[in-house]
Amino acid sequence: MINKKVNSVQEALQGVENGMTIMLGGFGLCGIPENSIAELVKKETNNLTCISNNAGVDDFGLGLLLQKRQIKKMISSYVGENAEFERQMLSGELDVELIPQGTLAERCRSAQAGIPAFYTPAGYGTEVAEGKEAREFNGKMHVMEHAFNADFAIVKAWKGDTAGNLIFKGTARNFNPCMAGAAKITVAEVEELVEAGSLDPNQIHIPGIFVQRIFQGELYEKRIEQRTTRKRD
Amino acid sequence: MALDKIGIAKRIAQELKDRYFVNLGIGIPTLVANYIPQGIDVEFQSENGVLGMGSFPFEGEEDADIINAGKQTITTLAGASFFDSALSFGMIRGQHVDLTILGAMEVAENGDIANWKIPGKMVKGMGGAMDLVASAENIIVAMMHVNKAGDSKILKQCTLPLTGVGCVKKVVTELAVLEVTPKGFKLLERAPGVTVEHIIASTEAELIIEGEIPEMQI
Repeated sequence: MINKKVNSVQEALQGVENGMTIMLGGFGLCGIPENSIAELVKKETNNLTCISNNAGVDDFGLGLLLQKRQIKKMISSYVGENAEFERQMLSGELDVELIPQGTLAERCRSAQAGIPAFYTPAGYGTEVAEGKEAREFNGKMHVMEHAFNADFAIVKAWKGDTAGNLIFKGTARNFNPCMAGAAKITVAEVEELVEAGSLDPNQIHIPGIFVQRIFQGELYEKRIEQRTTRKRD
Repeated sequence: MALDKIGIAKRIAQELKDRYFVNLGIGIPTLVANYIPQGIDVEFQSENGVLGMGSFPFEGEEDADIINAGKQTITTLAGASFFDSALSFGMIRGQHVDLTILGAMEVAENGDIANWKIPGKMVKGMGGAMDLVASAENIIVAMMHVNKAGDSKILKQCTLPLTGVGCVKKVVTELAVLEVTPKGFKLLERAPGVTVEHIIASTEAELIIEGEIPEMQI
């Protein structure tokens, strides 16, 4: 067994430098690597290009990095929950590339799977297709999109083992499995880290080969963005 | 009288068919789930990675790890499944989802839709909308007929940046049900008590009107 365990978030993020491109898992605030984001704020790493579906909210998630102006460019599909983001974008302080969500996921998956580019119908005829190669397949137009090229992928899982195997919970799965192994180095933070052999191999969502460093995070806040409930009858 | 948002949702719910897999957008489309016709089985897909979405949880039972695409806490039904974002959009692009219901800022008579950006003003992003409209075979738009300034959102041509081209099949508004045909918008139904003249006056695009236009049955 190849041991991927590191003892701290500091060790996990060793080598993250100014100007790097980093993928971060999560959908909204669900399934985000909270410990790693907090450490990036502490490290004051700046000029980052972040690939993440959303940009957090003003005071949590990637919003914490935006507040400190550590992000130079965001590649996302939806950023509507973050007023500071919108302000930096409209004023031109922040470079933003908005891309369709499925294209974002597939550009991660392609990087993970060694596929340099692919064709998708999403965005054809819109401004996201401008300057991109378009081609007809089966009578329908498609746009060529490229795999991402990132330095670090930082993902969050529910459980993991020292071999780097990951299991996700609920919709906190989202982009995390697509980003694991999609960058030069993948860091996984998990709520519960167990010894290799403790997890059922049948239940593993992401095999350890895609993960270089794993650590157990602490004090997960798991903030809920929209708390919606119904009344008991 | 013009419909309210619930009325629009109720009318769209009539478009659900037995054994449909359905993706609901944020806003009015989410309400459609409350009015599934009796006797049919449908499953709701949410693009953040769940199939078999249920209602909101009881107070105290919210789980931060189980949300819908609107980031709202939800529950799951028997037979539900979770999956990653790449697989989720595989379901969508692969046309395994039968019906997509979403909101819009503008729809044009050729089926173009705009709903993700107002240049220089509102920049929220397209989320999964571009993937959905580029792939779904059946797309119904739930929207208000006119904007707050009273201008028609049903147009000859979209003025805002497009989300997708030639993709919308049907539009349900507080005033009317419109079908997008190769010749433009065809008026299918009118809201109870709303006149055809009122709909024409509220619509920038030309309307194809054939015979008596029935009232919606809500």
